[in-house]
Amino acid sequence: MEEKDNLITVNIDGQDLQVPPGTNMVEAAAMLGKEIPHYCYHPKLTIAGNCRMCLVEMGMPGKDRATGEPMLNEDGTPKVMWMPGPAIGCGTKAAPGMHIKTDSPKAIESREAVTEFLLLNHPLDCPICDQAGECTLQEFSSSHGRGYSRFIEEKNVKPKRTRLGPRVTLDDERCVLCSRCIRFCDEVAGDSVLGFTDRGSYSTLTCFPGKELANNYSLNTVDICPVGALTSTDFRFKMRVWFLKETNSIDLETSVGANTVVSAREGKVYRVKPRRNDEVNDTWMTDSGRELYKTIESEDRLLECSIGGVPASAQDAIAEASSVLQGGGVAIVGSGRNSVEEQYALKAIAKSTNASAVYLVARYGEDDGILMSVDRNPNVRGALMTGLIDALPEEQLSGLGAKIDSGEVTTVLSSQEDLLAAGLSEEQLGKVSIVYLGTHRNGTSERAKVVLAGLTSFEKSGTVINQQFRIQKYSRVVPGPGGAIEDLYALAMIQANLSGESFASTVGSIWKEIGAEGTPLAGIAFQSLSDQGQLLDSSAFDHIPFKEGKSLHFEPKQEAVAAE
Amino acid sequence: MPFVIKRKPLNLMEKLYLPEIARGLSTTFKKIWEKPVTLEYPEQRPTIPEGYRGVPTLVRDPEGREKCVSCQLCEFVCPPKAIRIVPGEIPEDSEYAHVEKGPKEFDIDMLRCIYCGMCEEVCPEEAIWLQNQFSMSGYSREEMVNNKDKLYELGGTLPDEHFKWNKKKDAAAKGGGH
Repeated sequence: MEEKDNLITVNIDGQDLQVPPGTNMVEAAAMLGKEIPHYCYHPKLTIAGNCRMCLVEMGMPGKDRATGEPMLNEDGTPKVMWMPGPAIGCGTKAAPGMHIKTDSPKAIESREAVTEFLLLNHPLDCPICDQAGECTLQEFSSSHGRGYSRFIEEKNVKPKRTRLGPRVTLDDERCVLCSRCIRFCDEVAGDSVLGFTDRGSYSTLTCFPGKELANNYSLNTVDICPVGALTSTDFRFKMRVWFLKETNSIDLETSVGANTVVSAREGKVYRVKPRRNDEVNDTWMTDSGRELYKTIESEDRLLECSIGGVPASAQDAIAEASSVLQGGGVAIVGSGRNSVEEQYALKAIAKSTNASAVYLVARYGEDDGILMSVDRNPNVRGALMTGLIDALPEEQLSGLGAKIDSGEVTTVLSSQEDLLAAGLSEEQLGKVSIVYLGTHRNGTSERAKVVLAGLTSFEKSGTVINQQFRIQKYSRVVPGPGGAIEDLYALAMIQANLSGESFASTVGSIWKEIGAEGTPLAGIAFQSLSDQGQLLDSSAFDHIPFKEGKSLHFEPKQEAVAAE
Repeated sequence: MPFVIKRKPLNLMEKLYLPEIARGLSTTFKKIWEKPVTLEYPEQRPTIPEGYRGVPTLVRDPEGREKCVSCQLCEFVCPPKAIRIVPGEIPEDSEYAHVEKGPKEFDIDMLRCIYCGMCEEVCPEEAIWLQNQFSMSGYSREEMVNNKDKLYELGGTLPDEHFKWNKKKDAAAKGGGH
């Protein structure tokens, strides 16, 4: 919020409201809980003002031309000079004394006229349209439409089922030419590939010649499309949106931690969409992050626990894992993909087993400056905050390799990390007993003495700490496979067996310990953590040279950059 | 509270006994020669009144196109959740590619169906109809689930007055209103 003195008083439908300068009337009305219908306006894009749906009546207090004195009504209130024609709400910025009417007969009539024009050529596609149910044109047609058509001419026919890119399908007939997708590509994705060609009823959205909408943010155009013109090829005809139950989650692809909402029906995830968080990801997310739900049902998913390759119940596997870890010579390989709670439990296990070392495996990739950061682990900072590690992890576990070769380490507990991929040799793995807690089969799970089948982030709740040191929570969307066990529960049971004391095994209860007074995460609890996350004090980690570069809403700390 | 129904005292004719037997028999003999009101079900079937809500079925239009576009509104509205649809895409080389969407699987669980007719009412394509078939039986639960093939077999063809998808295709062929 701006400072109090800067606020401008406007009057919306007779109610005075103080807004920061630069607020447009759509946003101002939203502050009063009034919706001004709109298609082309998007809070995170520039204003185009071409759909004309947000028409309102607007007036300013009058001034006498001769004297410059404010004109007053008989009762002494300022006289409002209403404009003869309606004005668009999105393009009208707050000015002192401005009056608008959002629901006057004139404003409503204007919107009804706009709706009728938009529907002239709109196909009656709703039964086969993926947007049906979350379509603003559908909603505003029922609130502002006339219910029948006066248009007796033949409707326009435009290309349908057009491929705009590998992930986006375009139905030109449904397009209302709002240009949100064009502005998104120009302004946010920085990849100008879309444009309108032709005029009037021939106007068509197309890609520029020889180009396609293939950037890693292309599916955001589908999210912001107010109608069903742009649809996701992956989600196309998969499920109607009114069946989907939505759960807040976090994109665990990189350390950005984009906020997401995951849609599922009856235990099956159908799509992942971004959730608005103005401090992290605005309303965007990457296309690659939306694909992550496919790992839930992938071929190589671990569906049951096993001991020595023989399927076993989770209880037996936990008991066996505990006795393996009691053997001594333990090293722990945690993961930047673990939640904060799991990392906390791993730290407790490291303490009770007297582990000689705790490792994390770093993953680095290309940075795109928007929502893909260099660090592909979502929660390295969680491991730092919980004290599981005290320096940035390496990409290769050569230190662990050396300890195995020297015989110092005879048992390895790996959570979600494939030790072969992290640089250990098969020979080295042969020398140690491995307890593997993970979701998918890999070289490590095949060589593990005990395999605990864990849950993916869609099947459990937890928290992660992103590159800004913002702690964010994700919730369980779907139940996991029958033979799998929640990672935190498995770790807590192992810790309880090792230490002989009970250990909190649920996300809700473990925060009583993690968030206890005097700890870096003091005062935080899973239940009370807001959906927008909470920024933590990161001053203790200023000396660590994090690798992330500048991205949307993130500036790397200067000291860290200088230290590099 | 119990009701006490008082028995009327018998009148003279009833007290005489035999006349009443004769009266009863005369009713019996009168009815013997009348047309029976019952049916020899299942050999004889009743005539189904118009608007009867029998087993829900899927229908094709006179061209043989399956009318359902798998919008799943019936699945949504179905009170006992008897309908399950897996939507699918009509391939681009099909004659009806312009319809784009059709059901891949369509199951109605007749053990759940309550014959309320809301699916028929909600269908925007007039594809699902509760027709005359009223008796369903089977030896297993699986048999009582009508799959897509069974539903089309039961439904047959229904006249279409609109051919809305054909109109759309014609409009496209003519250049589409420009």
